[in-house]
Amino acid sequence: MTLLPEKTDRKLGLVIDLDTCVGCHACVISCKGWNTENYGAPLSDQDPYGADPTGTFLNRVHSYEVQPEEGAAQLIHFPKSCLHCEDAPCVTVCPTGASYKRAEDGIVLVNEADCIGCGLCAWACPYGAREMDSAEKVMKKCTLCVDRIYNENLPEEDREPACVRTCPAGARHFGDFADPSSNVSKLTAERGGMDLMPEQGTKPVNKYLPPRPKDTLEMKVSGAPPLLTPIAEEPKGFLGWLDRTLGQIDGNKTGGR
Amino acid sequence: MHPAPSVILFTTLSGLGFGLLFFLGLGYPGSTGWVAFVFFALAYLLAVGGLMASTFHLGHPERALKAFTQWRSSWLSREAWCAVGALVVMGLVGLGRVFFDTHWMALGMIGAVLSVATVLTTSMIYTQLKTVPRWNTPITPMLFLSYSAAGGALLAGQIDWARILLCIVAALQLAWWIAGERALERSGTSLATATGLGPIGTPRAFEPPHTGSNYLTREMVFVVARSHAKLLRLVAVLFAFAIPLVILTMTFNHTLAGVAVISHIAGVLISRWLFFAEAEHVVGLYYGQR
Ligand code: SF4
Ligand code: SF4
Ligand code: SF4
Repeated sequence: MTLLPEKTDRKLGLVIDLDTCVGCHACVISCKGWNTENYGAPLSDQDPYGADPTGTFLNRVHSYEVQPEEGAAQLIHFPKSCLHCEDAPCVTVCPTGASYKRAEDGIVLVNEADCIGCGLCAWACPYGAREMDSAEKVMKKCTLCVDRIYNENLPEEDREPACVRTCPAGARHFGDFADPSSNVSKLTAERGGMDLMPEQGTKPVNKYLPPRPKDTLEMKVSGAPPLLTPIAEEPKGFLGWLDRTLGQIDGNKTGGR
Repeated sequence: MHPAPSVILFTTLSGLGFGLLFFLGLGYPGSTGWVAFVFFALAYLLAVGGLMASTFHLGHPERALKAFTQWRSSWLSREAWCAVGALVVMGLVGLGRVFFDTHWMALGMIGAVLSVATVLTTSMIYTQLKTVPRWNTPITPMLFLSYSAAGGALLAGQIDWARILLCIVAALQLAWWIAGERALERSGTSLATATGLGPIGTPRAFEPPHTGSNYLTREMVFVVARSHAKLLRLVAVLFAFAIPLVILTMTFNHTLAGVAVISHIAGVLISRWLFFAEAEHVVGLYYGQR
């Protein structure tokens, strides 16, 4: 059924912390591992050891450089999987009812037995969260590890998404956004959790925590001795003249700093 | 977007086919017997041929019947209903014209409306996508409908209508291209909003998640050189509108009419290729493409 539920009882999703993600891609691998062996069609690879390898993944990590107006550029690793949007455009476009959003917990899933592989849902998703599997010809997407989070055969600490369980930096958090006292709601409130592409009107459930401001060199660390001041000064007199002249020749200042 | 030949063929051919069915439904031309048979056969060949082509890009065409279930939310599902409806109703109209020498007016009207609805629903599949700003404009359905009507008039031999409609499509096509130039900027989506990093500084894609291609980059990140696009637009205008319009001012004969039709179809195919190839999907931003 591709009409969206009017409201969902719970809003399960992830908080992704762009401040702590170290870009190790462990979540990419654990996601692929778990989801190849469990729910639905396996995530195939084509030409994996050849010249042009490609394959299906439900979670990928981009890296961006951000140049502030002043100061040094920052490198930010950016994990991206389905955001389980409240107004999921991928669901309403589906002609077969294969794509649906669950009323009980808000997870967006694909019933692979109904999917005709038209690809329209992947066109409708602004985030690139859906990939058609080249071997099975059905649409694959993050299931929020629906086969782990409710799985009583797993030890309790494993009843969370594989990517969350595996992240060595603790950059991914799983919880219920409908509950204001949940870990994810608190993190979002404390750290200014944000939506990706809010202007697309998808109302994503997953939130991203922006990177915190970096330390600056001038900052004093409490309890530590003050930073040393450079003792070499700008050369004056003859040395200064030599410095400027040589600087004009090789384009660099010698001496001094 | 990747300009897949199956989708280009589908939208072009079925657009023409349903355009012809529209005129046949209204009784232009009102011929019966063998002549009607030729007209109806041509319309069905185009419409059904186009629909068949569209199934080539499905991963599981054997499940296609399931696409009729979600008409309440999905334009693709609505398109399926309209197409089957139009083909069934116009099939009956054709039967009357070929074998009973009559034009069932009411049925013809219903068939004409369903034919228009089919083209409209096709265009809405693209128009509804906010993720492709170039398509996400009311000009898109107008463009598809007018292309279909102009092609239909040309095929149905309705010269006066064809002249007017060709001028209308040409104007809409130009308007669509102009509006498209700034569509991505106007949508407000950029790498800054895609990553949410805008408030910190200017983001730049530094390292992609993978060294090879993936489904997303193959399907949605397609970049045409601007100079090529400009040239192709010119060629499309020449073939789709200019040549047919010049021919339509000459005295009518069947060979020339054939040339006009073929030139028009070639032009529409080029314009449809551009429709896909030039359209930027916002997911490309994540990969550092516009
Ligand atoms: S992120 Fe994409 S696939 Fe996931 S719910 Fe939102 S629109 Fe659908
Ligand atoms: S690819 Fe499958 S899930 Fe996606 S819209 Fe088509 S039928 Fe629905
Ligand atoms: S929740 Fe599960 S399916 Fe989704 S990205 Fe994480 S590991 Fe992959």
